[in-house]
Amino acid sequence: MSPLSQRRLALFRAHGRGYWSLIIFAFLFLICLFAEFIANDRPLLVRYQGHFFYPVLFDYSEDAFGDDLLPTEADFTDPELTERINSHGWMLWPAIPFSYDTVIKDLPSPAPSPPSWRNLLGTDDQARDVLARVIYGFRISVLFGFTLTAVSSVVGVAAGAVQGFYGGLTDLLFQRFIEIWSGMPQLYMLIILGSIITPGFWVLLLFLLAFSWMALTGVVRAEFLRGRNLDYVRAARALGVRDGAIMGRHILPNALVAVLSFLPFTLSGSVTVLASLDFLGFGLPPGSPSLGELVSQGKDNLQSPWLAITGFVVLGGLLTLLIFIGEAVRDAFDPRKQLAP
Amino acid sequence: MLAIEGLSVAFGPKRVVDGASFSLEPGETLALVGESGSGKSLTALSILRLLPPGASASGHIRLDGVDMLEASPAELRRARGGRAGMVFQEPMTSLNPLHRIGRQVGEAMALHGNRPSREAVAALLDRVGFSDAGSRLDAFPHQLSGGQRQRVMIAMALANDPKLLIADEPTTALDVTIQAGILDLLAAEKASRGLALLLISHDLNVVRRVADRVCVMKDGQIVETGPVESVFSSPRHAYTRMLIDAEPSGRPAPVPAAAPVVAEARDVSVSFAVRRGLLRRKIAELRAVDGVSLRIREGETLGLVGESGSGKSTMGLAMLRLQACTGRLFFAGSEITALPQSQVRPLRHRMQVVFQDPFGSLSPRMSVAEIVGEGLRVHEPGLDRRARALQVEAALREVGLAPDTLHRYPHEFSGGQRQRIAVARAMVLKPRLVVLDEPTSALDRSVQAQLVDLLRTLQLRHRLAYLFISHDLAVVRALAHRVAVLQAGRIVEEGPADALFARPQTPYAAALMAAAFAGSPLAA
Repeated sequence: MSPLSQRRLALFRAHGRGYWSLIIFAFLFLICLFAEFIANDRPLLVRYQGHFFYPVLFDYSEDAFGDDLLPTEADFTDPELTERINSHGWMLWPAIPFSYDTVIKDLPSPAPSPPSWRNLLGTDDQARDVLARVIYGFRISVLFGFTLTAVSSVVGVAAGAVQGFYGGLTDLLFQRFIEIWSGMPQLYMLIILGSIITPGFWVLLLFLLAFSWMALTGVVRAEFLRGRNLDYVRAARALGVRDGAIMGRHILPNALVAVLSFLPFTLSGSVTVLASLDFLGFGLPPGSPSLGELVSQGKDNLQSPWLAITGFVVLGGLLTLLIFIGEAVRDAFDPRKQLAP
Repeated sequence: MLAIEGLSVAFGPKRVVDGASFSLEPGETLALVGESGSGKSLTALSILRLLPPGASASGHIRLDGVDMLEASPAELRRARGGRAGMVFQEPMTSLNPLHRIGRQVGEAMALHGNRPSREAVAALLDRVGFSDAGSRLDAFPHQLSGGQRQRVMIAMALANDPKLLIADEPTTALDVTIQAGILDLLAAEKASRGLALLLISHDLNVVRRVADRVCVMKDGQIVETGPVESVFSSPRHAYTRMLIDAEPSGRPAPVPAAAPVVAEARDVSVSFAVRRGLLRRKIAELRAVDGVSLRIREGETLGLVGESGSGKSTMGLAMLRLQACTGRLFFAGSEITALPQSQVRPLRHRMQVVFQDPFGSLSPRMSVAEIVGEGLRVHEPGLDRRARALQVEAALREVGLAPDTLHRYPHEFSGGQRQRIAVARAMVLKPRLVVLDEPTSALDRSVQAQLVDLLRTLQLRHRLAYLFISHDLAVVRALAHRVAVLQAGRIVEEGPADALFARPQTPYAAALMAAAFAGSPLAA
């Protein structure tokens, strides 16, 4: 590792809050990546008449557990099926035996029901386990945030690089385009879009990408405007290096510092955007696990405070972790920051 | 007046000034000389406790009876700008670009309890050589020339009648013809006010001209002290002798009469549009280069000299088609004026360039192997990694760098070594024409001499044609066969170097020579 990266790593570690935030975030994210194995309405492993079944990984039809059952998809919460399997073998359930869309039929009180040993964070107003929904919702929020940030950074950096490097008329036209494009009423366009098709994960991602790439172009453009007149860039041009290679090899590494210190804040911004769209009901399709939808349920069911509190704590905690990590990254890339002896 | 005893400055465990002692009397000029990194600027900065963060000073500094290293903040403030004034190297960055100069000079007075009137400020500026001081009070720093800005700095330093004036490389950033005026001004102020002047410089010509006594610094220690005449005429320390002998010397090898012309420019002009107003309408044209014709033969060095702003760098870039221009350009016998960039690109490895700033011209995030090998990757894509590494190594050896430097990064090298890397980057492509844009001006004298030797050796070995752009006539004299003097974009004089240096024909060239070689033993 180069001395520069070593120094950055040391600076990052020296930022205790950010370092621990990263560890906690990585741990939570790792758990959520395996959400299906932690919260699911299918058993992890079934032993039936000497055979193993893996319902988490594969779909089984019900007649696999007896010829007198119908060839429909097996529902392992069905008492009849459960009884049959338990009499000829056993089932291993995940820690939380509900998926995000499992409707619990035998609640002791009408939904939303308060936290109990069976539903640690209670249930929402459609009798679904809140903890299971939070785990899936955390995962989809972070994945959506990561994807949107990664793609919009790539597009934004490329756009900023072209503007800054070529300057002149290219820059002028591009900037005017950005000014007009950023003036578009995003929310109304999303409502119109929602009335034509049901926006899923990818449609929503593309739509938000169309606007979010502009956040980075300004910084990158400025770096390239400065960089294109540096002596080593002129030297590269005198060597006959092509424009693309000059941009990528000589100027981009310097511009990346600015981008990297922006990245965690873009990430938390993307998470917030998805949550607020879900809150308004213009986000992911109904039924999807989402933190924004949980907050919205909390608003609709003020007599069930566990909904709002859970939504607030999870969303707030996630954003706080991301911001702390972001601060540490920013400090690590600050050339003026001194390491305490 | 000023007595320094056993001064040490350290960054953590590293001592950069080590036990320096000297004293300075009123009306005396003491010069601190040494190469970059010798600790001379830090010594001067520690007098007013202006050291950068992380540095710590120990020892004794007595300024007018007060020990500055133990002075209270209030005493320090009285001393800074009151008892001692300071002039820095770069006048553009030492002045606040957003304030008018009258206000900045007035502020220096107001800080020490003198209520500044416009007349007082104007009188002060008049004294430092502003002929129309009253009307220039409202000028912004960017509206002044470099020499005028340095005069403003001197006026600020003198505003409160100090007893000590510290001048840290006051003329290094200025053209030679302006340097003389500033030095005369400093000498005159010293004489009339009985100032003690501490001059920090690496330029021995400047020191010889104005200083009474010299302290030679090397690696943080003062190795020799004495009156100017005796130190320069009979240096006792080997390092002093090395500094004095470091003037680039020798002459280039003669060019065979039959050598073919490698590059030629006919009537080349470069102009920049001056735009103003809301619609950025073109209101005027600034001719940076105005009808210049040059011709360089194989194995020949053409020196292009002139003051800053005379268009010499622009002309160099135009010769390489790196700058849009009008006129006609020829390279290796064929015209390249109208070729599209895609057809110039294959020619690029036959024409190369070395820039002035050895810190700026190497990409900080690439290793030496990548920097030198980049041109090969472009022009000889057929080479595999091994073959490329071999050629890079050979080029490094040719410029006098060990092959184990391959995997190090530019920041690990000194200025002279970096410039060698830049030369290796050009040489690895086996060029025929190399444009050298002030390659020596950011280097110490002794390093300059080594680089000049290297360039001469390379020229002889590969029959290179050099376009050598410089404002430093001592270096040009050691390297150039022919010299062209550029003033405001036009060539005012051109001819064989020997003849031109001995008998300049135009007043401008004569003035340049006089300013450059005054006080130098080379002014024969």
